[in-house]
Amino acid sequence: MTRLPKSLIIGAIITAIMVGAALLSRVWTPADPTGMNIVARLKPPGAAGLFGTDQIGRDVLSIIMAGAWTSLGIAVVATVIGGGIGTLLGVTAAAKGGRLERLVMSFNGVLFAFPPILSAILLGALLGPGALTSIIAIGIFMVPVFARVTRAAAIQIWARDYINAARMAGKGDARITMEHVLPNISAQIIVQLAIQTGLGILSEAGLSFLGMGVSPPTPSWGRMLSESQTFLDAAPHLVLAPGLAIAITVLGLNLLGDGLRDLTDPRRGQNG
Amino acid sequence: MTQAFKRLRGLAGAVMVLAVTSLLIFVLIDAAPGDPAEIMLGTSAQADTLAALRTELGLDRPLMVRYLGWLAGVFTGDLGQSYTYGVPVAGLIGERMLVTLPLTLMATVLAVAVSLPLGVMAAARPGKAGDGLASLFSQVGIAVPNFWIGLLLILGFALNLTWFPVGGFPGWGDGFWAALWSLVLPAIALAIPQAAVLTRVTRAAVIEVTNEDFIRTARAKGLSRRRALWRHTVPNSLLPVVTMLGLQIPFLISGAVLVENVFSLPGIGTLAYQALSQRDLIVVQNVVLLFAVIVLAVNAGTDALYARLDPRLRARK
Amino acid sequence: MMTKHSDLLKSVCLAVLLSGAGPAFAQGTDAVTFGQAVEPQGLDPTVSSPVAAGQVTWQNVFEGLVTIDRDGQIVPQLATAWTISDDGLTYTFTLREGVTFQNDVAFDSSTAKFTIDRIIADESTNGQKANYTAITSVAAPDPGTLVLTLSDRNADLLYWLGYPAAVMVEPSSAQDNGTQPVGTGPFKVDEWRKGDRVIMSAWDGYWGDAPAVRTVTARFIADPQGQAAALQSGQIDIMGDLSAPELFDQFVDNDNFDTVAGAGEMEVVAGMNNAKPPFDDLRVRQALMMAIDRPSLVQAVSAGYGTPIGSHFSPASPFYEDMTALFPYDPEKAKELLSEAGYADGFTFDFKVPNRDYAQRAAEILQAFFSQIGVTANIESSDFPAAWIQDVFKDTNYDMTIIGHAEPLDIGIYARDPYYFNYDNPDFKAQMTTIAAATDETEREAGYRKAQEMLAQDMPALFLYSYPKLGVWKSGLQGVWENGPVPANDMTDIHWMQ
Repeated sequence: MTRLPKSLIIGAIITAIMVGAALLSRVWTPADPTGMNIVARLKPPGAAGLFGTDQIGRDVLSIIMAGAWTSLGIAVVATVIGGGIGTLLGVTAAAKGGRLERLVMSFNGVLFAFPPILSAILLGALLGPGALTSIIAIGIFMVPVFARVTRAAAIQIWARDYINAARMAGKGDARITMEHVLPNISAQIIVQLAIQTGLGILSEAGLSFLGMGVSPPTPSWGRMLSESQTFLDAAPHLVLAPGLAIAITVLGLNLLGDGLRDLTDPRRGQNG
Repeated sequence: MTQAFKRLRGLAGAVMVLAVTSLLIFVLIDAAPGDPAEIMLGTSAQADTLAALRTELGLDRPLMVRYLGWLAGVFTGDLGQSYTYGVPVAGLIGERMLVTLPLTLMATVLAVAVSLPLGVMAAARPGKAGDGLASLFSQVGIAVPNFWIGLLLILGFALNLTWFPVGGFPGWGDGFWAALWSLVLPAIALAIPQAAVLTRVTRAAVIEVTNEDFIRTARAKGLSRRRALWRHTVPNSLLPVVTMLGLQIPFLISGAVLVENVFSLPGIGTLAYQALSQRDLIVVQNVVLLFAVIVLAVNAGTDALYARLDPRLRARK
Repeated sequence: MMTKHSDLLKSVCLAVLLSGAGPAFAQGTDAVTFGQAVEPQGLDPTVSSPVAAGQVTWQNVFEGLVTIDRDGQIVPQLATAWTISDDGLTYTFTLREGVTFQNDVAFDSSTAKFTIDRIIADESTNGQKANYTAITSVAAPDPGTLVLTLSDRNADLLYWLGYPAAVMVEPSSAQDNGTQPVGTGPFKVDEWRKGDRVIMSAWDGYWGDAPAVRTVTARFIADPQGQAAALQSGQIDIMGDLSAPELFDQFVDNDNFDTVAGAGEMEVVAGMNNAKPPFDDLRVRQALMMAIDRPSLVQAVSAGYGTPIGSHFSPASPFYEDMTALFPYDPEKAKELLSEAGYADGFTFDFKVPNRDYAQRAAEILQAFFSQIGVTANIESSDFPAAWIQDVFKDTNYDMTIIGHAEPLDIGIYARDPYYFNYDNPDFKAQMTTIAAATDETEREAGYRKAQEMLAQDMPALFLYSYPKLGVWKSGLQGVWENGPVPANDMTDIHWMQ
């Protein structure tokens, strides 16, 4: 039995706490995350709640918890959809090769060359701010990442002997991909899912920060940061709490991804 | 297929990609709700005033005519007029580049200056304290949003210690150092995530080269560990680092949009963001074109560098 | 009836003031820097969006036939006197002699005619053109006389001639005023560092008294925290309109600064689509108004600065009347009104809110108030300005929105057709015609009071609060406008005390 990588354990714990907080916020938060109390506005952490109150007297801890649901929800959905499409493109490109592969890869090149935030703002302009816009904007940038990773991994599988055997048995490209390629690259896909979800959370925060995220009163870490700019001096807790929430969540997901990679591919783990 | 022909085909492909992308952006922004004339005139303008402004701006022409007009202009070196500012876009972009270029350069230099020693230190003794520190830095650096770093820097160094301005850019005309000083905090905010990525890449690259035969041979011949590291290992590890620098450019630009926003810097990121929200199509077009050209040029540059420095790669292709 | 104004009185007053204040003038300090949040896209207030341009150049660089002073009163400027014919259709201005533009072109009736013709022309791109359309022709019988002929009486015309959108320009430079403004004012623009500042210096050819400061710099600082920091560190001397009320208190308590929480012209209102049920029902609109505790709203959105309003004028307007008592906060009464209207169980609507901090914060609070009377508001962020202007303003595809109206004397928007409220009230339209036809100030004032009352009763929009003009400047600096009857940074009377 191999020892579990340290990063895996820490990452899993952090991620579990954040996901737990997000789920818990659906049924319970210390206070109503939309319940305002104007008299108790901008109170520092302490008597008025563990993380203090915001500019309209809401409990910051409760908003952070509810914000976890928003951030994780959008990031996970975007990553799963974008990752799914990207994986499909990647394995298809690996299976078919030739013209299709070139097309997919040059599409990748275009998306890679484009500053992600600008196209996200462009989409926001087109569709209007909101959860769906965020999901699409973030998901689109998952596509080339997954396409590249899965293509590279799938090409290696295609070179294996058992693929030739399967071919001999009369299996087609699609069937080989489903039965042999995907199961063998699933570890890499899972690693990418964890890491890209972290990136998704960063992107969601950036979009909300620029006013292109979910509409209020749905809590959002990025919008909290944007609003806190005005109170930077007067209420620094409003800057610290959402920023830490973002950083810790992304850190957890990255550690989880690295840990999973070390677990499934010890050689790479050793080399970094 | 000769090398030159391949290059040419690559270039033609890049131009095609640019043309398609720019057309797509033109169509998308045009389809987005909002009309530059209406945004400029505000809510008290009447229909006839709006119509007059649209005519003046040329917005009454069909989309394709405007697109081709712009494209033709680009080929003759005329980037067109900004709708909202009413000045030539070339000048506008030039002015803004005077902020963004130094900012991103400074951030890149900072990132390299931090990540190179850190990555090498980590790789020199894997698993030791230095490695742990480097890995902690890169994990945390990748996880923190750069605009949040910006806010924290403002809170600490501008508001509390008052060493730096809270934001804004005084312009190069008012003294070089004052201008440079106002870019320090934003450059740090922009550099930290970059440095985190580069630290990882440097560490991995150095470890990989360390295990190569020629380094083992050099060590076996009695070259000291330190000399082998700095004389042979590090120089031979730089390629992946340089490649990563190139790949990071779109993210650097993305970061600049947010960081310039936090620090109220009149840079190209702010310009792009404002132009998008005001539907100043011509400005958006040119900024995007500029970004794409930069990215493609850097990619081509790193590719060429790669080919020159690493003959194995040429053979493999 | 003939009315005749003269600037004699003004000069007498000025002389008295000057002799009183004279000895206290600072000796070495002849520069001043003011900050403003929004950088204009061009410096010409007579084209496109004029507010930010006017904040830099109005009065400093550009002047009008008449002007609006710090109390919101119309006073002579490049016209020394004027007469209005008995039928109110002919305005004859006597122009000031010896005035030249900053490029040494003389100001006379031909340049004045050029300016007005340019505003009312078919190809005009003046955003305020609507306020001048009563003018049908402009004549310059001699260099010192300008005659405007109107199609209908327009009691507000003189006011609008004093507004930044009608400043005097001259033919050879008008085209380039966006980047190189040429006016008749005491300061000329030396340099515009885009994204940062506009630097102006005193112009020696100015017709009037030379200003007390020689250099005026306008700095553009969008971030409120940056504005406060720039004041604290001395990078700017004046912030006429601090963007964040939460940051104002630190200056109130600081002896190094003078502060005035003055009245601004911006009214924040929650406009409703009056053509769409249930907002077509007066009882529903009144119920929604009575569901809102406006003082609490002001407390939460702007730290208690700002004034609750009950109609569409702010306290900065000379015609302002407090109408908040008509429909005070009374959730019980509001529920009764709702059940009378057939919405005993409340209703649900879409609340399209610009993605701007003040609007979103106010919307969240309104949402909470509405929920107390069983009404559910679903907030939908709207990308401002582009998408908001398209969806709400142009297509009126909305139920309720929230926005600040920054222009003075703009109560007439409720009579406009089309306008985003979709409010069609013949009586109110008639009232606006009555105001335009007013023959004297008393009649005009009574007319505007009546108009405010009509709106307060009929509630086409929920009148929330007027945005404060939070002025902060270094102590020792005199002459800063305390209120903002016109969005401006008039530096012509600024001087440093010792």
